[in-house]
Formats: sequence, C-alpha cells, structure tokens
Amino acid sequence: MNIAIASGKGGTGKTTVATNLAFYLQHHAKEDVALLDCDVEEPNCHLFLKSVCLETKKVILPVPSLDPDKCTGCGKCSEICQFAAIACIKGKVLTFPELCHGCGGCILACPAGALSEQEREIGTVETGTSGKIKTVYGQLRVGEAMSPPLIRAVKSHAQNGQINIIDSPPGTSCPVIQAVKGCDFVLLVTEPTPFGLNDLSLAVEMVRVLGLPFAVGINRSTIGDEKVREYCRNEKIPIILEIPEDREIASMYSRGRLVLESLPHYMEKFEKLYLQLKEVIPC
Amino acid sequence: MKLAVSSKGENPDSPLDERFGRAPFFIVYDLENDTCTCIDNKQNYNSPQGAGIQSAQNVVNAGAGVVITGNVGPKAFQVLKASGVKVCLAEGMTVKEAINMYKQGRLSTAETNNIEGHWV
Repeated sequence: MNIAIASGKGGTGKTTVATNLAFYLQHHAKEDVALLDCDVEEPNCHLFLKSVCLETKKVILPVPSLDPDKCTGCGKCSEICQFAAIACIKGKVLTFPELCHGCGGCILACPAGALSEQEREIGTVETGTSGKIKTVYGQLRVGEAMSPPLIRAVKSHAQNGQINIIDSPPGTSCPVIQAVKGCDFVLLVTEPTPFGLNDLSLAVEMVRVLGLPFAVGINRSTIGDEKVREYCRNEKIPIILEIPEDREIASMYSRGRLVLESLPHYMEKFEKLYLQLKEVIPC
Repeated sequence: MKLAVSSKGENPDSPLDERFGRAPFFIVYDLENDTCTCIDNKQNYNSPQGAGIQSAQNVVNAGAGVVITGNVGPKAFQVLKASGVKVCLAEGMTVKEAINMYKQGRLSTAETNNIEGHWV
C-alpha cells in the first residue's frame, strides 16, 4: 500500500509527518514500513531517521547521440521532439541533452539510423535502513532539472505487503505528479494561512484530476485563521491530522530529531492518523 | 538579406520585444526590396522549455541572416551561431527604429549570449 504525503506549499511539514508516521507505524503499529523520499532535489527524511546507507545506484537517462556521417539532415528527429531537445537547422542537427526527457522518439523517427542511445547520469538512488524501516531516497545531480525519471526510480522500491510512505516534493508540477501517481492515498499537509490555503486548493485540484483518494492534515494548526477548515468543510474534504504550533517541535526539528522520539505525547495524534488511514484505505 | 526583429506586435511600429525566445512575433524585414512580413511565435511564448531553440529555428527557417533583439540566452545563441545568423542587440525602441539603426550600422553585434537561460 502506497501513501503519499504531499502539499502545494513547501515547508508545511510533509517531512515531519512522513518521518514520524513511518516511525509510528514501525515502532508502535508493528507494520512493515518503507519510507521513499521523492523530494529528490532536497531529500532529508534520512537525516531524521538516521538511516544507514547500504547501496548507492546511479540513475541514467537515455539521450540521443548523433553520428554525423549517417545524418541526412531530414529534420524528422526535431519534428517529433516535444521538448525542443533536438534542433535541425539547415540540415545540421544539434542536441540539447539537458532538455531531453529520454522518450527515445527521435531515435525511432530517424530513417538513417544516425541516432543512438547515450547514457546521461541524472542522480543516484540511496537505499538503506533505519532500524526496521526501509529508507530509500533519490539525490538529483546538482544543476539537473529532470527529476521525474529519478523519482520513478525511487518509487520502484515500493513493495507489496508493506506500507510505503512517499514523501513528495512540494508544488503541483511534474515531479509531484510522478510522486503521487499510482498511490492508494494522498495526505495533503497544509498550514492555516492564506498561502497554505491557496496552495492547498491547487493541490486538491491536482489530486482530483488524478482521481486519487485524499485527505488534509493541518500543521501548526493553532496559528492563522479558519479559512482552511472552512474550505475543507465546503469541499467535503476530511481533516485527519492536526498538529498544533509548538516551539518544542521546531526545536527538535532543527536538531534533526523526530517528534515522537522526544515528545511522546504526540503519539496519540499519529495513532489517530493511523486508525483513520486504516479506515479509508482497504488493506 | 533578411533581418528578424523580436516584436511585441504584428507590424514594424510595434515595440521591440527584448526577449528573444518568448517574443510573441518576429518582424522579418527584407533589406533588398524593403518589405516586412510577420512570423507568429506565440507557440514558443507558451512552451514550458526550449523556447529559445524553437524561436531560433523559426527565424532561421524564415531565411534571416541577422537577428535584432534585446537578450539571447546560451541555447538560442548556439543554434543561431550554428546557422551563421548574426545577433544584434537593441532595446527601448520600435521595430522600425531598430531596423533603421541597423542600416546606419549603429547596433552592436553580440559575440556570445548576453544572458543566462531562464528555464533552470
């Protein structure tokens, strides 16, 4: 079973929820858990879980390589490319590997066989453990913009028969869609502020288009205003977690520690979350 | 020889658009017979990536030997250079004024891209 923790707005507490939920599920509910950190531009779940890395694997993207002797300059490669990653001007082909999404269309389209696959490294997938929790995270190469294939590689470690928690990147664009796609449930974490509400409504639109069951969790729930709750009421979206504004949580977070390890009275919140998740997701 | 000028509108009295890849139009001016045509570039105006590359292909296909614009990024410049198209820089004027400045030899030529790409 795959549960994605996502949000429109960044910094709302996805990682806090994902890591503590994983901890709760393993230590208290005795479930088999994997935490897949798909925020590959800035993975940090492993820091909170003090993961031990067991294996590092390169992730590559196939990009076109041109044999100029075979190229006839017909331009079919450039016509098929939806990403402007290959240009044909005056019979001369130029490739832009950093724009390539690795679909392989140009190689199929080339009638002269002048294009072949070349490997471009976009990042690594690190697999490890934190006690009995399996941890996987992607590390995008610095300066790289093509994160969806790496997110796909991280998600390929999700296994049946265990709970896979997917910590999604923020926003509502391709990397997020790649992270939440195919999940059984999405928990959208937000904060009760105008920014939180605006970005939550965008995220709600996204998960509705994708047809995924979802609910909302409100972090720092004692600040801001009532607009997020009002919105959820009007849209009939269940709120299944509320974590209050608490200096102690911020303090633990800044030291890279889990809330549940240092502030055990929050256990009840995660127990409730677990029970509600069990209700909405058929196991 | 033809000049392609990035433009905010469809005729030579429109303001020059300082953006190359995201310019909505290019005014193509033929120096030999003093005529103007307009290329619609709105497809690239909205494209998520590679606007500079596509725009460069557009002006090359229109037969331009010179591009007049405000800013050119690295990839667009690479395509223009590979096609032997010269890049001249202008800003804060109409398309017509830019063409006249070019005729008088008052526009500077860019030897490299003058800005970094926006898409990263």
